[in-house]
Amino acid sequence: MENRSDFVSLRDVSKHFGSVRAVDGVSLDIAQGEFFALLGPSGCGKTTLLRILGGFEAPNSGSVHIDGADLTIEPANLRPVNMVFQNYAIFPHLDVRQNIGYGLRHEGLSKAQMGQRIDEALATIKLEGLGDRGSNELSGGQRQRVALARALVKHPKVLLLDEPLSALDKSLREQMRVELRALQQKVGITFIFVTHDQEEALSMADRIAAPGEGAPSHGEAVTVGIRPEKLTLGDRPPPDGANGVKGILTAAAYLGERNHFFVTVDGVADPISVASQNSTPVDHKGWREGSEVWLTWEPAGARLLRG
Amino acid sequence: MKTGAKSRIGLRGLTLYGILYLVFLYVPVLFLPLFSFNDSLHIAFPLKTFTVKWYEQMFANQELLRAFFNSVKVAASVSVVSTVLGILAARAFTRYRFPGRRPALGLLVLPLVVPGIILGIALLIMSKWAGFQLSLITIAAAHVLIATPFATFVMISRLEGFDPNLEEASRDLGESGWTTFWRVTFPLALPGIVASLLLTFIESFDEFILAFFLSGDEATLPLYIWSQLRFPRNLPVVLALGACILLASIIIVAFAEWMRRQGVSPARNTKK
Ligand SMILES: Nc1ncnc2c1ncn2[C@@H]1O[C@H](COP(=O)(O)OP(=O)(O)OP(=O)(O)O)[C@@H](O)[C@H]1O
Ligand SMILES: [Mg+2]
Repeated sequence: MENRSDFVSLRDVSKHFGSVRAVDGVSLDIAQGEFFALLGPSGCGKTTLLRILGGFEAPNSGSVHIDGADLTIEPANLRPVNMVFQNYAIFPHLDVRQNIGYGLRHEGLSKAQMGQRIDEALATIKLEGLGDRGSNELSGGQRQRVALARALVKHPKVLLLDEPLSALDKSLREQMRVELRALQQKVGITFIFVTHDQEEALSMADRIAAPGEGAPSHGEAVTVGIRPEKLTLGDRPPPDGANGVKGILTAAAYLGERNHFFVTVDGVADPISVASQNSTPVDHKGWREGSEVWLTWEPAGARLLRG
Repeated sequence: MKTGAKSRIGLRGLTLYGILYLVFLYVPVLFLPLFSFNDSLHIAFPLKTFTVKWYEQMFANQELLRAFFNSVKVAASVSVVSTVLGILAARAFTRYRFPGRRPALGLLVLPLVVPGIILGIALLIMSKWAGFQLSLITIAAAHVLIATPFATFVMISRLEGFDPNLEEASRDLGESGWTTFWRVTFPLALPGIVASLLLTFIESFDEFILAFFLSGDEATLPLYIWSQLRFPRNLPVVLALGACILLASIIIVAFAEWMRRQGVSPARNTKK
């Protein structure tokens, strides 16, 4: 399967409520199978952007394409997109199985097929055996799993998640980060999730965008957050001189399928960790502790941290 | 200790006031069933012997039964029409922001505060001017006017109690607006709908002034009762009828109130 890089494509999307410009000229391309984060402070229009993708708000201008189809004015119920709401929106009058099966009515499935799809979904979210629970007999974490299953059972092209972890307590949140990430890798569906937590975005997403934030001006000092896997180690500066920094290799650890390097960079207190898959041809011949190396990264893999 | 004793006296005073208040409120009403079983044309103590003959006369009275069924017809149509209108209006008020939303909410209470007699005269003039034949239909129309705000408020409080994301979730999962209404909104609003049906039924059933102005040759039950007050020998039958209506009203209102509070739990959904 070819992974399109513009599987989800927003072009100059704007949405205002009266005088409030909730979303202002956003253009984004999101690749197929990507775990994409929309990061930004409260009120910057993240939810509105997600609702535009879900079909709950019509943009005032701009267009929305998913898998090549123009969905700008397509109603929510006809989009190949499903959403996990921030408060999960579990139907209170239905039990877990009925909640999960809610969206299967129009798929033309037999009763048995439907039951099978629901069972699969229950297994995916590890809630086997809870199918007959009433929706108000669930914990916060279980409600979230049901909301996830209810959306995934439809096999959407894109899954939207609005601050999926914010209603959970801290330890559960950290566990769910790992699980959500693993789930996304397993089902291979494009996930677009919204958060205002940088750490959360960095630990889960392949790529991060911040609506309503412009590019830094030339010469401005910025802090960049990059996941260890997104850094590339080399001995040459990047060709155009951008997105690279020079440092000294201070430690290297070879951990079976992964290598970890630690690089000290001028002006940064802690050594920076760089991870690389053993299969990727990292050219580390001749490097030893104390060698001068270059860290480079794709612009899309990095996240500007301000404030 | 002194203050404690004082507040205890205060508490006694309040209790006494509460009891007096309830006596004032309910004792006159309780005379109805009491005298309806009393074997005498006169409403006076001491009571004579126990009888159910007024109830027998009541069920044998064709005119009365006719008025009763007229009232049931009117009240049933009014409760359905005003509840449907109430659901639609409540949906608009709770789910959409539109210009004039607040003034419209204010205007909605108007029929509830305009004195019935004024409203009655106004509607009578309007009916004459529009050339409507006075009948049970004009009465029902007037009752819809006063029952709809009522239904709307019952439904607003019900719909406000549940999360609009539920309807969006249903849309998201492939249901249209209409099927979403039947699969999500309706079942969750059902207790409110039943409460609204019952309360508007009662409101129409015992309404007198508008019916008085707008009736043609068919009477509703309150009009019939009023017409019988001129004949003292019919009074005990009216008391028997009143006792029946009282009992039915108490049961219906209590049930409606119970329904209205049923499973307000949808609100739990918004919490974690
Ligand atoms: N239906 C609406 N009517 C009017 N203004 C709205 C509406 N929805 C959102 N807004 C405004 O648009 C702006 C962006 O809102 P949005 O909910 O998208 O922010 P957000 O980034 O999701 O914030 P948070 O992190 O707090 O959820 C806010 O200023 C908000 O007040
Ligand atoms: Mg939001």
